[in-house]
Amino acid sequence: MSPAKRDAGGPAKWSREALPLLPFMAVVTIFLIIPTVTVIVSAFYADGQFSLERIQALFSRTALTALWKSVLLSGSTAIIGAVLGAVLAWLVVSSPPTSMVRRAVLSLCSVLAQFGGVALAFAFLATVGLNGVLTLWVQQAFGFNLAGSGWLYSLSGLILVYTYFQIPLMVIVFVPALEGLRDQWREAALNLGASRWQYFREVVIPLLTPAFLGSALLLFANAFAAYATAAALVSQGSPIVPLLIRAALTSEVVLGQSGFAYALALEMIVVVALVMVAYNVLVRRTARWLK
Amino acid sequence: MNRNTLGGKFFRAALWVLFGLFFLFPLYAMADFSTRNLLQGGRTLQAWKNIVEDDALYQAIVISLLLAVFTVVAMLVILVPTMIWVRLRAPWARGFIEFLCLLPLTIPALVVVVGLRNVYLWVTYFLGESALTLTFVYVVLVLPFAYRAIDAALAAIDLKTLAEAARSLGAGWMTTILRVIVPNIWSGILSAAFISIAVVLGEYTIASLTGYQTLQVQIVAIGKSDGPTSVAASLAVLLFGFALLLILSLVTRGRRRGGGGISTAVPIAAPTSTQGASA
Repeated sequence: MSPAKRDAGGPAKWSREALPLLPFMAVVTIFLIIPTVTVIVSAFYADGQFSLERIQALFSRTALTALWKSVLLSGSTAIIGAVLGAVLAWLVVSSPPTSMVRRAVLSLCSVLAQFGGVALAFAFLATVGLNGVLTLWVQQAFGFNLAGSGWLYSLSGLILVYTYFQIPLMVIVFVPALEGLRDQWREAALNLGASRWQYFREVVIPLLTPAFLGSALLLFANAFAAYATAAALVSQGSPIVPLLIRAALTSEVVLGQSGFAYALALEMIVVVALVMVAYNVLVRRTARWLK
Repeated sequence: MNRNTLGGKFFRAALWVLFGLFFLFPLYAMADFSTRNLLQGGRTLQAWKNIVEDDALYQAIVISLLLAVFTVVAMLVILVPTMIWVRLRAPWARGFIEFLCLLPLTIPALVVVVGLRNVYLWVTYFLGESALTLTFVYVVLVLPFAYRAIDAALAAIDLKTLAEAARSLGAGWMTTILRVIVPNIWSGILSAAFISIAVVLGEYTIASLTGYQTLQVQIVAIGKSDGPTSVAASLAVLLFGFALLLILSLVTRGRRRGGGGISTAVPIAAPTSTQGASA
């Protein structure tokens, strides 16, 4: 519909068109927009007036350490997840599209990547926790305590558990990019005398690089914002930003900085938004040939 | 790359085994751990029986299932008519609606829950202190997944012709949507519903920080004293989600020809579609 045509109908027509959108808009506004705006505004207001007090708290030692550890956790699991996930995606794509193996692997990936949450923490408690299955096996076989020093509850434990949902997420986002590679391109390259290695290096890698980097960024944002798995695993202390937000929400008095949670949530919005902007730039470059 | 040589085959098989071990061993460990008899040794199914016998856990399961049903119904009632309307009568709003639907992917649930307090003061004032009030937030949470599924189904049919035919035969909008359009986008609605159920049953962040006792919150609470029961319930939820998505990928088989496979049937967490329309 051209703008001219719409103008001819006047505001009455416009409101008739817009009216059925109201229920949807109301739900999204109340339960998504208002909470987000509340966070942003409250980060700059304390006791009813503009103040940078809460933002300053972000530069305290506690907050900076948590941010650094969050970046370390998200960065390392994004790299591990992207590399291993790309390999698994390649394995998946080279099996026939309708095969049961492929359906099962993709369904499992989808469950682990998007709906796992708390369950993944318990999966690793049952595996390498104090009484975990693997812990007991190793104990019996080698007399070595795998769960010793409680590393599972520290940053290295979180890295292991996060990898368990980062690799599947990489598979889900990277499989479409791999499927975009047409057989004809390989045939064309080979017919023109390229070796398989040359085809891989000079066609596949340049084509997939934006998709790969974009997916890695997505993994970073995903890990940075993840809460459930870490919260279920680490019940004491708050090594990373999401857990610091939990601490600030549940015991504001102890920290002596009411509203600290707002500032931390704003920090999270900023980090995730920056990563997603970069992601969108890369995706647009991929979209040119993926259609 | 050398997929036809013997070495290549062996290499690929070895990779499958390694990935298989990494992903399946923790699941096996959960099954083993949850059936272990800690007192007398041997095996017991007590942890699995606790899922329904433990009162608090059973209540939480009922609440989570109700939440899943409510969320699916509310999501469909709000989203399906809106998306149909936008395609037929208000195409100027399409980019904007898509942007709003995909927005929850960029705004973490944790951020939403931090800013939710004031909103919830009003919600509980009007609707009372029920865990079922979480339905509203969950509708927002499942929007990106549901939007992708329904959008793909709507794109696959000739919506305009269908609607015009129904309307010119005298059908009202209600009848047109319910009896003409909905039966034609059934696969999309099914995907949206299944994925929403999986999201709601797995949700922990919002429920735990608003203090409602849903399934996942209860699993964590029980885990502090009774590990095997928590592990059993966790594994049950994972298997249930896996079954849902596998059935979905089998049901939607053949609907999408030419590549794609189930990767299009199971919408992904990434905003891979054109967010640029209004971003």
